Amino acid sequence: MEDQVTKIDIRKDENIVYKRTDLLVDRPLSYCPGCGHGVVHRMLMETLEEMDIQDKTIGVSPVGCSVLAYDFMNIDMLGAAHGRAPALATAIKRLWPERFVFTYQGDGDLAAIGTAETIHACNRGENFVIIFINNGIYGMTGGQMAPTTLPGMRSSTSPYGRDVATMGHPLKITELIAQLPGTYYVTRQAVHTPNHVRRTKKALRKAFENQKRNTGISFIEVVSNCNSGWKMTPVQSNKWMEDNMFPFYPLGDIKVDGQLVPKKETAEKE
Amino acid sequence: MGELRLMKGNEAVAEAAIRAGCDGYFGYPITPQSEIMEYLMAEKPHERTGMVVLQAESETASINMLYGGAGTGKMVMTSSSSPGISLMQEGISYMAGAELPCLLVNIVRGGPGLGTIQPSQADYFQAVKGGGHGDYKMIVLAPASVQEMCDFVKLGFELSFKYRTPAFILSDGAIGQMMEKVELFDPIPRRTEAELIKQCPWAATGKPKNREHIIITSLDLDPAGQERVNLKLQAKYKIMEENEVRYETIQCDDAEYIFVAFGLSARICQKSIDLARKKGIKVGLFRPITLSPFPTKPLGEMSKRVKGILVVEMNAGQMIEDVRLSVHSDQKVEHYGRFGGIIPSPDEVVAALEQKIIGG
Repeated sequence: MEDQVTKIDIRKDENIVYKRTDLLVDRPLSYCPGCGHGVVHRMLMETLEEMDIQDKTIGVSPVGCSVLAYDFMNIDMLGAAHGRAPALATAIKRLWPERFVFTYQGDGDLAAIGTAETIHACNRGENFVIIFINNGIYGMTGGQMAPTTLPGMRSSTSPYGRDVATMGHPLKITELIAQLPGTYYVTRQAVHTPNHVRRTKKALRKAFENQKRNTGISFIEVVSNCNSGWKMTPVQSNKWMEDNMFPFYPLGDIKVDGQLVPKKETAEKE
Repeated sequence: MGELRLMKGNEAVAEAAIRAGCDGYFGYPITPQSEIMEYLMAEKPHERTGMVVLQAESETASINMLYGGAGTGKMVMTSSSSPGISLMQEGISYMAGAELPCLLVNIVRGGPGLGTIQPSQADYFQAVKGGGHGDYKMIVLAPASVQEMCDFVKLGFELSFKYRTPAFILSDGAIGQMMEKVELFDPIPRRTEAELIKQCPWAATGKPKNREHIIITSLDLDPAGQERVNLKLQAKYKIMEENEVRYETIQCDDAEYIFVAFGLSARICQKSIDLARKKGIKVGLFRPITLSPFPTKPLGEMSKRVKGILVVEMNAGQMIEDVRLSVHSDQKVEHYGRFGGIIPSPDEVVAALEQKIIGG
């Protein structure tokens, strides 16, 4: 037991292996325990810190669970009206071409009420990053059906399961925008295991590096859980996500360097 | 003297925007105001001043592009006509709530609904009373000439930045389309980044190490906090009322009757005054230039000296409500209006004066 380290030793700089980035504000997150939002916030802020672009970044938050993202991210931010974040980001990037600009949006925000703004910003090839959190549900308003709710999936407005005959099909907006010439990098990731977290972070870095070169839209979908809205424990929800969400929303790159990744290759990767 | 040109009202707005140092125009085509964006695109303001011009996918997108630009301190504007302005109301409310400056131009057409493409003043309530949700007011300017279309772009930007609130030009299809001589003001250079940050320390421009991060939002979930936001807005509107009322009086010194009219109706009333005075009727014109804040006090004072007031509007009676609130309850106030894109003739305005005020 000679090697036992004391609490004081642990706090010494040379012993620190991991710490919260200063780009995350030191306050409790408003997200439910078990939710993926906090992890994505951290990956995003770490990316900006590592690139040393805090002073050059302007973010846009949505309406949804992450409406208060600007309270947690220690950068200048604008809170958009529901679905309109890509319109804000379009103007900001056009007026401040030297700044790094991103939107952070949920599935209801990006793929329902904001579909027009999403598609047209992507189609114009605007030079900003879109981070899209897809948990298949409206979390903030209490678990209603989202554009990405799976067939048969229960929500408070599809209590007997989503009936595609009357409620329509889930919208694979990520595959859709990948078809547009204005998108340069389109990928689908997750953050429920350390391995997936690392991949998401790599994708974020790639997206912001792309923005340096004015390539067009970099779009990162993160398939995430909503244990509260799905009425599960966090562990159950991650398992359910793997079993149900991933087959419908397969993880991996969809478009890289402006080129669509062949479907077979995507499947093999995962 | 500034450069003289013969221009359409819509073109004057566009040229004035470039000269005012505007950073960005975001719009969507709609008759009768499409010349504004067409002029801007043809002028290549990006080469002249660095100004950004973008055709958006909808008016909803345009107004939210303004929110984005204005939140970073940029001088941004859009223009549209009635149905398009209706689509923007949500965004206008958000901008008023987040205290963001911008310039909005409504070249009004007859409504309701898709209505017509001919001129109208039926959007007075929407502009003046706050067409979006919540308690907010804009600065609303009503030009009556192509010259004022030009000048009010500059004035509107100045006032919107002074009070951090949207400024609104309420014009109509006739003033937008008609050609008149304009004296253009000399171009004002666009602000540098340093000038912008000095003028707008509240703007989200990218967080340096030595200041707190800036959040632009209209959200405050705490009712006490949201009430404070409202009290702050109302205090600001009160200062606007004290300092920014603008109006014009024409031939009011000896007047026994007055017309109260804004914009195109005021132009028509000027002709009606000539016709009426030839008949021996002593009538003048009180023209509100700021519809919000409304010139309540000066109109109230003037009303004490006249026998009757005819409010002439191209609508079913909207500004008349503010006129009535400005004058003593005993004062005779009547309305004459044409709707749906019909412009009243000077003769019928005189006839209405004789019938509703003098004879009535």
